Order: sequence, then C-alpha cells, then structure tokens
Amino acid sequence: MEERNIKDTPLELGGKSFKSRLIVGTGKYKDFAETRAAVEESGAEIVTVAVRRVNITDRGKENLLDYLDPKRYQILPNTAGCFTAEEAIRTCRLAREVGVGDLVKLEVIGDQKTLFPDVSATIEAACVLVKEGFKVMPYITDDPVTCLRLQEIGCVAVMPLAAPIGSGLGIRNPFNLAIIIEQAKVPVIVDAGVGTASDAAVAMELGCDGVLMNTAIAGAKDPIAMARAMKLAVEAGRLAYRAGRIERKLYATASSPLTGLIG
Amino acid sequence: MTTILLNGDPYPIDGQLQLLSLLERLNMRQGRVAVEINREIVPKANYAHTVIKPGDNVEVINFVGGG
Repeated sequence: MEERNIKDTPLELGGKSFKSRLIVGTGKYKDFAETRAAVEESGAEIVTVAVRRVNITDRGKENLLDYLDPKRYQILPNTAGCFTAEEAIRTCRLAREVGVGDLVKLEVIGDQKTLFPDVSATIEAACVLVKEGFKVMPYITDDPVTCLRLQEIGCVAVMPLAAPIGSGLGIRNPFNLAIIIEQAKVPVIVDAGVGTASDAAVAMELGCDGVLMNTAIAGAKDPIAMARAMKLAVEAGRLAYRAGRIERKLYATASSPLTGLIG
Repeated sequence: MTTILLNGDPYPIDGQLQLLSLLERLNMRQGRVAVEINREIVPKANYAHTVIKPGDNVEVINFVGGG
C-alpha cells in the first residue's frame, strides 16, 4: 500500500496532537521500571496517573515522574477514587498545580462495586472545570445523551466505558458506541473494560478515536508483550476502520471467478 | 514544640515554618508535588514566603500509578 493511504491524521486533544491513539494507565505494575518499560513498548504518548498524598514516612521513595518524563509524555492526571464533584474538582486543581498542564481525566465514581460513573456529578464537575480552563476528558457511561451533554459543556473528548473498570469484558455495547461516535464532534476514547488486543481492535474498527487502558496491560502475565500487542491492535483497528470494512452478508459470495471452470 | 496536620497526621514543628523548608525537609522536588494549606492551593511561586502556622492543615500530593 502507498504511504499516502496509510498516513493517519493525528489525535487532537485540547490543542495538542498525538500520533499514538493508545492511552495507557500506570497503575498495578510491580515497580516503576516495569511501568516505564510497558509504556515505552505501548508507544503511548499520553499516560494517566493518580493524585495521592505524598508518603511522609518514606522520604527516599522514588517519584513516578522520575520514570516518565513529563517532557516526553503528556501526563494525564485522573480523579480516580473521587465520589463527589467537589472531590474531583479539588483533585484536578491540585493536579494542575504540579505543573504538567491542564488536561485531566475526570472520573466521579457512583458505585464502589461496579465503579460506574456518577453521571450527574460528572456533568456538574465538568461544568466547573471547563470554566476554570481545564481540558476535561470525562470517563462516562456509554450513554449517547450524556456524551452529547459533556461535549456541549466543552469537554475536549468523551470517554465512554466499554465494560466495568478492570473487568476485561471487552466492548459490551458496540451499538451505543457507534451512536456516540456518529454524534461526536470531539474525540471518542473508549476508557475501561478492554481485556485483550482484539477488544482494542474492535473499539478502533467501530471508529473510536482512541483507547485508554491500564489493567489489560499491567495485569497480563507479560505486561511488556501485552503493551506491544495493544499498540499493534490499536493501529490495526484504526487502519481497518479507515480502510472501510466489507458489509456483512448472510450468504457466501465467491472470491474466485465463476466462469472458466474446467469441463 | 507544636504540631500541624500533615497529610492527615500530626507533624511536629518549631513555632512557624516556611513551606519551602518543610518541602526540603521532606525531600520533595519542585515540579513533583502540589500543596494545599487549609484547603487553599499554594502556588509554587509562593512557597518561599508562605509560612505554616501551628494547627494548619497541610496536604502535599504527588502523582502515583493509576488508570
């Protein structure tokens, strides 16, 4: 295939361009060295991080940013663990003060067991954060109406879940995702639920602009190999989407000519 | 000797303490942390002339691995 057919447009988020459409989390790795190795292998340019209290008792403790240079990676702080709009807003303000920019992954959790988002609290927090100049990427239910609202508010992307966080169940509702993608004027990034490479490829084939994952890579037996698999899957899925798949038909269509058969 | 509340736990200080001194004492590099005093964020530029007083509630956060 010629180069011009393969060359993709960049993923635009909050005024920045990214070649990679895979966003990876940094949780659940055995140490920072493994985190860095997996991130490198994934080819991701954006990495999510959590905001937590500094460990006062262990002063020699290393910092995640010593392993993931903010000059090389776009650091995307999340509001994981926040159950109210107020907590999430406070977390974003603190994260911005660290000095890695104003792109934030907003998540306001509504239920401890499913980790599904609190939709109204997410919208409430997004309104405040957008007004304060944050570039908000909200983790949200795969609900087309809610995604539209978040887009109208001024979020720079919408990030519907594919399945519960860390579940590895894959794309549970491709039809809702298809509607969300059709309506969206901002990038749609599937966030949460991916279990293996084919799930990431399916998301991209549907027309998602990107995929965000953590557990699928960090929890794999070989995280570094899975990081590579996810990179390839996102690229393959994206290219297949752009190439335009054939229509599904119930019956066969022969690939070989029906004429010229031997007597 | 008096105390402040540092990340939720009592922390002893001698009278008043400059925020920058506290961060140095804790081995915190600038550009790695953010600070709240009594729920108000302290901009980096103010670290050198912000004084922590006994009873203050200080939060120092950083980034950790997360999704």
